[in-house]
Amino acid sequence: MSSPTEQSASEAVIADMTYREAIRVALDDEMAADETVVLLGEDIAKAGGPFKTTEGLYEKYGGARVLDTPIAENGFTGIALGMALTGMRPVVEIMFSDFLPTAFDAITMELPKWRFMSGGQSSAPVTIRSSGGAGGRFGAQTSSTGESWFLQFLGLQIAVAGSPQGVYDLIRVAIRENNPVVVFEHKALHMVKGPVILGDQNLPEIGTAAVVREGSDVTVVASLLMLHRADTAAAALADEGIDVEVIDIRWLRPLDLATIASSVSKTGRLVIVEEQYHDGGWGASIISRLTSCGQKWSANPVAVSMPEVLISHSPPVEDEMIPTIALISNAIRAVCG
Amino acid sequence: MTSTGSAASPGNEVLVAWLHKLVEIRLAEDKVSEIYMQGLVPGTVYLCQGQEAVSVGACGALHDDDWLVCTYRGHHHALARGMDLESFFAEIMGRDNGICRGMGGSSHLVDRSLGMLGAPVIIGAGLAVATGAGMTAKLRGENRVAICFFGDGACNIGAFHEALNMAQLWKAHVVFVIENNQYGEYTAYRDSTALDGKLADRASAYGMANAVVDGQDAMAVFDVVAEARARAVAGDGPTLIEAETYRYRGHNRADPGAYRPDGELDAWRARDPINILRDHLQSIGAITADDLETAWDRLQHSVDDSAARAADGPWPTLEQARGYVFAD
Repeated sequence: MSSPTEQSASEAVIADMTYREAIRVALDDEMAADETVVLLGEDIAKAGGPFKTTEGLYEKYGGARVLDTPIAENGFTGIALGMALTGMRPVVEIMFSDFLPTAFDAITMELPKWRFMSGGQSSAPVTIRSSGGAGGRFGAQTSSTGESWFLQFLGLQIAVAGSPQGVYDLIRVAIRENNPVVVFEHKALHMVKGPVILGDQNLPEIGTAAVVREGSDVTVVASLLMLHRADTAAAALADEGIDVEVIDIRWLRPLDLATIASSVSKTGRLVIVEEQYHDGGWGASIISRLTSCGQKWSANPVAVSMPEVLISHSPPVEDEMIPTIALISNAIRAVCG
Repeated sequence: MTSTGSAASPGNEVLVAWLHKLVEIRLAEDKVSEIYMQGLVPGTVYLCQGQEAVSVGACGALHDDDWLVCTYRGHHHALARGMDLESFFAEIMGRDNGICRGMGGSSHLVDRSLGMLGAPVIIGAGLAVATGAGMTAKLRGENRVAICFFGDGACNIGAFHEALNMAQLWKAHVVFVIENNQYGEYTAYRDSTALDGKLADRASAYGMANAVVDGQDAMAVFDVVAEARARAVAGDGPTLIEAETYRYRGHNRADPGAYRPDGELDAWRARDPINILRDHLQSIGAITADDLETAWDRLQHSVDDSAARAADGPWPTLEQARGYVFAD
C-alpha cells in the first residue's frame, strides 16, 4: 500500500489493513511528521521487528532514528527518558508485555516522576509499545496482557488497542502526547484486518473511549482481544433479541468514565470483559467508580475475567483461561435475564 | 590516560571563584545541618561535606548548555552548577519558593535553566537518562555532553552495566563520574564489590576510556572531565571517571557513621578540598589570608540571608501539586 504521508494532510484515506500494518503505518506517519520521533527496541531495525511492526522503517529513516537495542529493557527505557527530556520523542518497543517488569524502575519510578519531582519544569514524552496477551501457547512468561499493571503509577497514560483503527489512532496520539504513555497491543490481533481511517484529521482526543456497537439492554466494556470477542458475542446476541452496547475502553488513563456512565445510565447493566485477573484491574475500578457515584443497577454488574490460574503452555488449559465468546455470551444473557 | 590538552587550564580568577564555590557549598551544607536541627527540613538529607571538589572541578569543565544528571546526594552539584541559594534552601524546606516548588526536596534538586535534568533516589537510574541525553546530542551532532554523577554504590546494580554498554556502543556524548566516597550507604564499598583494582576498571569491560582522579583536588577533576568531555563530543565515546573522595558525614542526617575505622575521617580531613585549593592559590600569590577571610564572611552572610528568606516562603498546596503531575 502507498504511504499515507504522500497524501494531502486534509484528505482522509481509508485503507483496509491488518493491525500489524496499522502499527507500522502509525509509526511511519509520526516519523514523517516529526523528525524528533525515534524508535528504540530489540530487533526493530535491521530485522524489522519481532512482530514485523517496524518493517521498512530502518531502511526509510536510517539507523539514527531506528535503533536496535541490546536486550536491556530497563536501560533503554531510561535512555528514552533522557532523550525525551532533551527534545526527542522516543518510541520504545518492549517486545512482550511480560518483559515490561524488567524495566519496572524506568517505567514506574523514573518516567512518570521526573516531571513532578522537578515541580513541572520537565516533560517526558516517551511512548512505550508492547505486545501481550494469550493464545499463542507461549506459556506463563510471554502471555500476559499486563494492561492494569501500571494503573497505580500516576504520571503514566495507558492505552489499550483493540482494533486496527484503534492501534493506529492510539499510537499516533500517544506519540504526540507530552506525557509518558504505555500502549498495550495484543499479539492475537496482529493478523486481524479492518478498515483504518488514516491521516491527522480523524485522530481522537486522548482519553476517549469508543462506542463500537450501540445497544440499549446492556453495556459491555472490553479491551484488546476481548473487544473483538465481546463484539462477536454481541452480534450473535442480537438474533436472540438482546441489544448490546459495546465500548472499546481505549484509555485506562485518562479514563473516559463519562462515556461508560452515559451508557450504563441508559442500559442499567454492565459486563466487563477483560483478559486479566479481576482484582486490581481496570474492570474492578470501573465497577467501583460507577457504584460509588450512585449508579442504580438493574442487575449487579459482572466481570468476565481470567480464573486465578497462571497461563499455561498446554492448549486446552490456556483456552479455558481466556474468556471465550461462549462465556461472554452467557454472562451477558445472565445479566439481561 | 594521556592528556589531549583539550581544554585550557583555568586561570587564577577562575580558580579563586572555584575556591569561593567550595566554601559556599561547605557553608551551605553546614547550614542545612543547622536548619535541620531547627526542624525546618522535612524528611532527611544526604550531606556532601568532603566531596565538594568533585562537583566544582567537573562543573568547571562543562559548557553552559551541557546537561547534568545527579543523585540524591546532590547539594554540591546543584550549587556548583550555580543554583540560586534561596531556591536551594527553600526546596530543601519543601516550600513553594523552592527550585522544584517544594515537590522534590533535598534529594531531587533540579534546575532546568542550568541544564540539570534530574536527580533520582533510585541507585543507578541516572546513568541511562544521562546516556539518553548524550544520545540526543550525538544524533543532532551537537557540541554538547551530559555528565552523570553517581556513587560507588551504583557500580554494582544492573542499570550501571546496561547504561555503560549502550553508551559505549552508540558513542553517546556522556561523561560518567563515580564519586567514590568509600561507602554505599552504611557499607564500605570494598565489602560489597568484587574488585581487585579500581571501580573505573569496569570501563574496560566495555572498551570504554577511564580515569582515576583525586577527588579532593578540583583542578585535577577539571582536567580529567575536560578531557572526557572533548572525547565525548569528538564522537570517541564516553569516559568512566572515578573520583576518589570521602563523605565526612554519615549516609544521612541520622547516621553518625560509627562503622568507620578510627582515624579514617581525620586522614581524609587532612586532605580537605578547600584547603588543597586554598594552599595552591596562596602559594602562587593569587590570594591572601585576608582575601579568604573576607570572602568567607561574605559567603556566610549570603548563606544565612538566603536560608532566612527561604524559610519565609509559603507552603505549596495540593492543588498546585496536582498541576505538576501531567504536562498539558
